[in-house]
Amino acid sequence: MTHYIIRRVLTSAVLMIIISMVTFGVFFMVPKLAGTNPAELYVGKQATPADVAATARKLGLDQPVTVQYARFAKGLVAGRDLDDGPNRTHCAAPCFGYSFRNDRPVWPLLLDRLPVTVSLAVGAAVLWLAGGVLAGVVSALRRGGPLDRTMMVLALAGVSLPVYFTGLLAQLVFVHTLHWLPGGEYVNLADDPAGWAAKLLLGWVTLALLYAAAYARLTRAQMLETVGEDYIRTARAKGLRERTVIGKHVMRSVLTPLVTIFGLDIGGLLGGAILTESVFGLPGIGRLSIDAVNTKDLPVVLGVTLFGALFIVLANFIVDLLYAVIDPRVRLG
Amino acid sequence: MATTNSPTTTGPLAQPGRLPQPSAFLDVRDLRVHFPTDDGVVKAVDGVSFTLERGRTLGIVGESGSGKSVTSLGILGLHRRGHTRISGEVWLDGEELVSAPPERVRRLRGRKMAMIFQDPLTAMHPYFTVGAQIVEAYRVHHRVSRAVARRRAVDLLGRVGIPQPARRVDDHPHQFSGGMRQRAMIAMALANDPDLLIADEPTTALDVTVQAQILDLIRDLQDEYRSAVLIITHDLGVVAELADDILVMYAGRCVEEGSAQTLFRRPEHPYTWGLLGSMPRVDRAARDRLVPIKGSPPSLINLPTGCAFHPRCPHQGRDGIPCRTEVPDLAQGSDHGVACHLPPTERRRTFAEDIAPAL
Ligand SMILES: Nc1ncnc2c1ncn2[C@@H]1O[C@H](COP(=O)(O)OP(=O)(O)OP(=O)(O)O)[C@@H](O)[C@H]1O
Ligand code: SF4
Ligand SMILES: [Mg+2]
Repeated sequence: MTHYIIRRVLTSAVLMIIISMVTFGVFFMVPKLAGTNPAELYVGKQATPADVAATARKLGLDQPVTVQYARFAKGLVAGRDLDDGPNRTHCAAPCFGYSFRNDRPVWPLLLDRLPVTVSLAVGAAVLWLAGGVLAGVVSALRRGGPLDRTMMVLALAGVSLPVYFTGLLAQLVFVHTLHWLPGGEYVNLADDPAGWAAKLLLGWVTLALLYAAAYARLTRAQMLETVGEDYIRTARAKGLRERTVIGKHVMRSVLTPLVTIFGLDIGGLLGGAILTESVFGLPGIGRLSIDAVNTKDLPVVLGVTLFGALFIVLANFIVDLLYAVIDPRVRLG
Repeated sequence: MATTNSPTTTGPLAQPGRLPQPSAFLDVRDLRVHFPTDDGVVKAVDGVSFTLERGRTLGIVGESGSGKSVTSLGILGLHRRGHTRISGEVWLDGEELVSAPPERVRRLRGRKMAMIFQDPLTAMHPYFTVGAQIVEAYRVHHRVSRAVARRRAVDLLGRVGIPQPARRVDDHPHQFSGGMRQRAMIAMALANDPDLLIADEPTTALDVTVQAQILDLIRDLQDEYRSAVLIITHDLGVVAELADDILVMYAGRCVEEGSAQTLFRRPEHPYTWGLLGSMPRVDRAARDRLVPIKGSPPSLINLPTGCAFHPRCPHQGRDGIPCRTEVPDLAQGSDHGVACHLPPTERRRTFAEDIAPAL
């Protein structure tokens, strides 16, 4: 087991390094391909070429990509100073870069937004897990019946309807027409729990619907496959109650793929749910990234991308560990 | 063993002189298991009857697809309701199971009747330890603590010959070898000292040495508990080892039945002759071993008319015998039932003169 963990940690670390290199490389190339000097983006439209050149030098943007990456990587691990002039700025580790538009390092910007994104992801996850798995189980047990068919049509609709459609529709109906939910700013859980939940509710439901549909289909398919297994027949042959056969023996096997998918989905969502956050005006990481793209705030876009990748790698790592716990054949087989 | 099998009657109760409640420990009467499918109704078992007493072993033999497993699952009530049409009667210790409420049958499963399944790798849950699966089997029917059930599991594993049972009890099935898994499966089936033990191909996946060990084990356990054993196999060698009586199935029906001695010494059905001819034997030279029966088993949706075996039978149509048109009844001799249109004298002569010398 220790071996397995060590191997996974190393793989994840290497993966993270490679991802950061590739991402950094892409962000280095993009302005070049677009024919813009990244320094121009930092100094603003009315700058003279001399200003641009000075900024480029100050930020090290005139250096080769390898040097720039090394500096960036060092910043991530140990922090870095961004300016050797009189108003020198320190960017503490982990330094994901410095946003000149916001005049702040990227990392605290991310941290500011993280609670919103976590709130959205966790709340939605609870809903979709409960709803999707339950719907899948019921569908599978009533296979071919009217309930099953209705549920699967709904699931198909849920998967195929885009969030901006369902989201905007829900927003229109519940916030603007019926006024059941408040339309104002996001509030913190600690400050106003009810207001926090009310603000997030539509986001949770919309996002949950999207995922619940996929989970319902996966659960149903997995259950139908498992129910036909020999070991389920064995469970019945022992004289177990149907409740136990389904609830313990079948669900145990259904759980395994669900855990994997769930881990990856959560990992992906923690990097920011761009559409949902935008539609419902939630100031999360997804919102931060879309704003950064609109204002051409490259360091933030780079930071958000790496941050999202970090969560995906982390989720993969955790899923691998969980899998070893859940499936005894992984470790020793 | 007394067997009545007449596919034309509607049920045993319609037969005059038959007691509604049998005296035999297990009495299966005119069991039919049909599966409606998109292509038509699969008549997997179509009128099978037999009896089995405590302490005795009945072997059911037949090629793949003849309905052996379907019969045993029918006895245990393990066919999926709604997907299966079952008729006939299964009397176990004076209680009829086909018409009994499912909850009643569930309570009997695992305690009064237990099953050893065909493939122990797929028949055990991959995610639970062997011990946990035995503990569970015991605790469904006994109100005991986990610790007590665990001791029982270790004890059972030791009894079926698993070395270091106290340690292996916490292994998962994939950590066991094929033979060990089969032993664990047997331990699980024995957890509640069942009166009826059904073993479906208990040795198919195993090599010859392990096969012999498993068969010995089943025999020893039966001597010890005096349970009734139903052993299902396509390998006549296995029943030769274990069975007191033998029932030969073809296409969902019984074509011949009798004591093991009778069936091995004086088989009368051409299908049984075929099975005997295809039986590997140590005293036979390797090259003329296995002579498989020509052709393949028929579709269970559209059975051949008349005798279902006629398309493959070398003796069909002799002297204007109605093999293609009339279904032969399972006619009872003194110790022997045979479903074949050939006159008994002719069958015996054919076996003695043509078949036996070649076996
Ligand atoms: N649930 C089902 N639905 C439809 N057909 C089925 C079902 N179960 C079994 N059958 C069919 O019934 C027939 C008899 O199957 P059964 O499993 O009893 O054969 P068997 O004699 O045990 O053969 P084997 O030696 O291969 O185990 C087969 O043709 C099988 O395809
Ligand atoms: S009835 Fe005819 S076809 Fe059937 S086994 Fe007897 S001889 Fe062969
Ligand atoms: Mg079978």
